[in-house]
Amino acid sequence: MHFSLQFSLPPVITALSPRSKSFSHQPHHHRIKKLTSHVPKSPLCSTTECALIHQCKEEEEEAFDGRVEDQTLPLGLRPEALPRHVAVIMDGNRRWARLRDLPVGSGYEAGVRSLRKIVELCCEWGIKVLSVFAFSSDNWFRPKVEVEFLMSLFERGMQEDTGIFLRENIRISVIGDLARLPEALQELIINLEEATKNNARFQLIVAVSYSGHYDVVQACQRLALKAKCGLIEPSDINESLIEQELETKCTEFPYPDLLIRTSGEFRVSNFMLWQLAYAELFFAQSLWPDFGEAEFLKALLAFQKRQRRYGG
Amino acid sequence: MNNFSKVRSVRHTLSNLFRKGVCKVLSVGPIPTHIAFIMNGNRRYDQKLNLAKGTGHSIGLLVMLTMLMHCCDLGIRYVTVYAFSIDNFKRKPEEVERVMDLLKFTFELLSEKNSIANLYSVKFHFSGNLDLLNEPVKNAAKELMANTANNSKAFFTFCIAYTSTDEMVSAIREACDERRRAMQEQKKTGGNYGLTKPVEVVDIEKHMYMATAPYPDIVVRTAGENRLSNFLLWQTACSQLYSTPTLWPEVNFWHLVLAVLNFQRNHSYLDKQKKLL
Repeated sequence: MHFSLQFSLPPVITALSPRSKSFSHQPHHHRIKKLTSHVPKSPLCSTTECALIHQCKEEEEEAFDGRVEDQTLPLGLRPEALPRHVAVIMDGNRRWARLRDLPVGSGYEAGVRSLRKIVELCCEWGIKVLSVFAFSSDNWFRPKVEVEFLMSLFERGMQEDTGIFLRENIRISVIGDLARLPEALQELIINLEEATKNNARFQLIVAVSYSGHYDVVQACQRLALKAKCGLIEPSDINESLIEQELETKCTEFPYPDLLIRTSGEFRVSNFMLWQLAYAELFFAQSLWPDFGEAEFLKALLAFQKRQRRYGG
Repeated sequence: MNNFSKVRSVRHTLSNLFRKGVCKVLSVGPIPTHIAFIMNGNRRYDQKLNLAKGTGHSIGLLVMLTMLMHCCDLGIRYVTVYAFSIDNFKRKPEEVERVMDLLKFTFELLSEKNSIANLYSVKFHFSGNLDLLNEPVKNAAKELMANTANNSKAFFTFCIAYTSTDEMVSAIREACDERRRAMQEQKKTGGNYGLTKPVEVVDIEKHMYMATAPYPDIVVRTAGENRLSNFLLWQTACSQLYSTPTLWPEVNFWHLVLAVLNFQRNHSYLDKQKKLL
């Protein structure tokens, strides 16, 4: 699999117009910064995806010469009104596969491709943090084969994209009850977090073996330990102390401004309960593998229209 | 009784019968055990109809009581409303005072013998940091709780001076205090609390203000917004969220029917998902 930021972006797009082939043949349109010169070919990419990559590569070779140009936001998006932290519940991968008579694993792989796309867009549009609900505490109850496939998918994804995270200045944080993960994956996560901890352009927080209840409980556990050791009194415990112990302490912006849930379900499903206190919720009908740029733009435009009063 | 009154009376009776019929039909499917309302849009109602400030809140409270009756008719045993957030104290003092007076009036009304509280046998409960309320409101709330303590057909919770994060802070403080006391007891009796069992969900949950009710099945938010605004964050982890553009003072029985139908439509899917888990 590959992760590429090399694609042409037309200067003006509406919420619903897909990127047309004709745009990509017009090299004078604004492009994002060329960051890599080599795109490793994925054994799993679709014919269309491969064609697009090769097409982009050709265009860059003929017109780009390594020049860096400024990013452009799609029409309607105001940079000052963008959410700093977007959270996503990536729902619908299995349904996507079932609808196509494909094995469930194909759905998850399609989901990973979709995630890569959204990460690219976040980097491009200046969103600072993206949190994704990759694997819930409840998901451990799924069939063993499925769980094992997911664990290997996480491992593979992290290994293959390490170079990209380093090159693109992306920080990776993984939150959740990681002790339940296979040891090899735990080690990979520790190494990746360490290697990317100083990256400041964008942060991807992946919630694995996570639930909002678990997050609050582990914060309580830490505070109980501090109280036991006499470092704090129980009466000292306040919102600030709890925030400092929640798993989202790994980021400068722990509270999502916008939560997107795909596949038409209207629930939060035990994701980041404390942190979502004032988040705007956006429910998309499409399944996660189909959630692309147009849908993401729709969510951001809807967010911009919302009036956030915080109870005042 | 003149003709106009007769017609009105017949219309009223037919309307009641029709509502009862709809309730019977809905009861064929699963009925939520607990429904929570974020009663949003009272101030916008004033602006929309060019009314005096506070009218929306007054009508909103009447609507709340009406919706409580509809929920009882439908067999929904637990109802919770977000009456006043801790964040709402940031609003203008005259508005806060107006709402507090209105709430006190409502609690006193409900405390009367022939109120809907006793008619429907509703037990009232208050979730929130009641010490933030002024004495008259706090006393009226305590009296309502005491007067309805023996009712048992339905349970109504006012979330007042409430935020979910404040609730969790309070619960965590109590959980930590409880563990420390248990440790000290163990030390006295010579036991070893050193290898303490880890904190679990239940250790925190039992100290929540909302420990008296099960998790909500549905959270209804009116006035078109899609956010939880620090309401029941812990308890709504898996609740169905339902947003309607209608302002709270304009809500009626049919909005409740739609919310329940929506719940029923998703209920069978959710059941299947739980089995797949």
